[in-house]
Amino acid sequence: MLTDFFLYIAQGTAVTIGVTLVALPFGLAVGLLLALLYNYGGRWVSRAAGLYSLLMRGVPPVVLLFILYFILSGRLINLSPFWAGSLSLGLVSSAYQMEILRGALAAVGAGQMTAARAIGLTRLQAIRFVILPQAIRLAIPPWSNEASIVLKDSSLVYALGVPEILRRAQQLSATTGQPFLAFGAAALIYFALVFLTNRALDSLAERTKLPTQPV
Amino acid sequence: MDSALILQARNLTKRYGANIIFQDISLDVQKGETIVIIGPSGTGKSTLLRCLNLLTHVDSGQIFLEGEEITAPGINEDRVRQQIGMVFQNFLLFNHLTALDNVMLGLTKVRKLPKPQAHEKAMHELARVGLADRAGHYPGQLSGGQQQRVAIARALAMDPKVMLFDEPTSALDPELIGEVLGVMAQLARENMTMLVVTHEMGFAREVADRIVFMEKGHIVEQGAPDDLFERPQHARTREFLWKITELYGKKEKK
Ligand SMILES: Nc1ncnc2c1ncn2[C@@H]1O[C@H](COP(=O)(O)OP(=O)(O)O)[C@@H](O)[C@H]1O
Ligand SMILES: [Mg+2]
Repeated sequence: MLTDFFLYIAQGTAVTIGVTLVALPFGLAVGLLLALLYNYGGRWVSRAAGLYSLLMRGVPPVVLLFILYFILSGRLINLSPFWAGSLSLGLVSSAYQMEILRGALAAVGAGQMTAARAIGLTRLQAIRFVILPQAIRLAIPPWSNEASIVLKDSSLVYALGVPEILRRAQQLSATTGQPFLAFGAAALIYFALVFLTNRALDSLAERTKLPTQPV
Repeated sequence: MDSALILQARNLTKRYGANIIFQDISLDVQKGETIVIIGPSGTGKSTLLRCLNLLTHVDSGQIFLEGEEITAPGINEDRVRQQIGMVFQNFLLFNHLTALDNVMLGLTKVRKLPKPQAHEKAMHELARVGLADRAGHYPGQLSGGQQQRVAIARALAMDPKVMLFDEPTSALDPELIGEVLGVMAQLARENMTMLVVTHEMGFAREVADRIVFMEKGHIVEQGAPDDLFERPQHARTREFLWKITELYGKKEKK
């Protein structure tokens, strides 16, 4: 009985993971581009990026999700619920990831750019070989937090009819009249996924930490 | 000394907003010469060095490197910076790279040397500053003096025509200053052309061919160390030298 419950809901896990694996990297790519434009673009480019972030973060994710979803699955662009939902979630996340990355880029410090330019590296080379490798290290802990938020917010695509964990739990609850078991199982799966994600990123942060101890 | 002109600054003026940082500064640097620039803080010494290697731009005036105007429009600034090495007060090593990779980065990405050649050249430069045995260490594992020597090796690796030093020992504990000044004195003996901003008067006296005293954005006086120290022409130079010797003496005693 319990295993059946789990098995049914677990089939939604693949969808949840799929949504996250689309939304998170997509949000990272857009967020990184925006963070670079914010920090290194001209004044107007920088302002535009800042405004994007402000607007996206000023609205509840679920509201944005609906707006974006109806654009992405509308007449002009007609994506499947899975893709429209995942990309919408990614766009919402991009603003938060941008904030994480621009903070990390700024934390690397202007001196590193100066030193890189002083040996003849171009601005792009300096960003790529000197600034980014350090910024990404700094960004891992807050990014880990954002990753678990996206993982949990992937449950929002339930509202778009994508058969992920929460939707399956809802169906099961309705058909079996066992809401506690159904949603409890969903909660457990989410928890396990978030836990594993955070652990993996913690270990990544640990492995990429720069040695500082004097020798 | 070979008396070929290598770097020439002509009537440089630099403003930040309404602030005039320096005005009408001219300076001729001969090949192989070591020039020490001294002066109170806020005088524009750092800004002058940064203008010379185009990290920031002068508002008017011209700079020539081996006769080529590097302030001309359309000049490839990255190529110019590659030819002018710079060492900073706070080292500014690339924190995520080992000493070796700090020195190799410019060789592989700017000079496009193949890895084995870049490695060999980088090891040679590290050996030059006495740090071949620290090649695999990260900046966080090195003392301030060692970090600054790696920074010097990183600049030297580009085979610069001129080296600029901006208070290279000001951030160091007193016991670490000597090792960095030692490397710089060695470079001077090898006839590297150097412009050094420093408060180390001992170094200035012993190593400099010429001392330039700057104040409030102007070159007040310049000359051979003995002339400047023994017979300063301007009251301001005298006062500054007196003050700096006082300060330097106090730091020594600590
Ligand atoms: N990026 C900048 N923007 C505005 N003002 C600056 C900047 N860099 C330096 N200055 C100003 O220029 C003056 C000279 O500074 P600096 O060249 O660092 O002097 P020094 O190296 O002789 O101490 C100072 O008043 C400083 O505040
Ligand atoms: Mg200075």
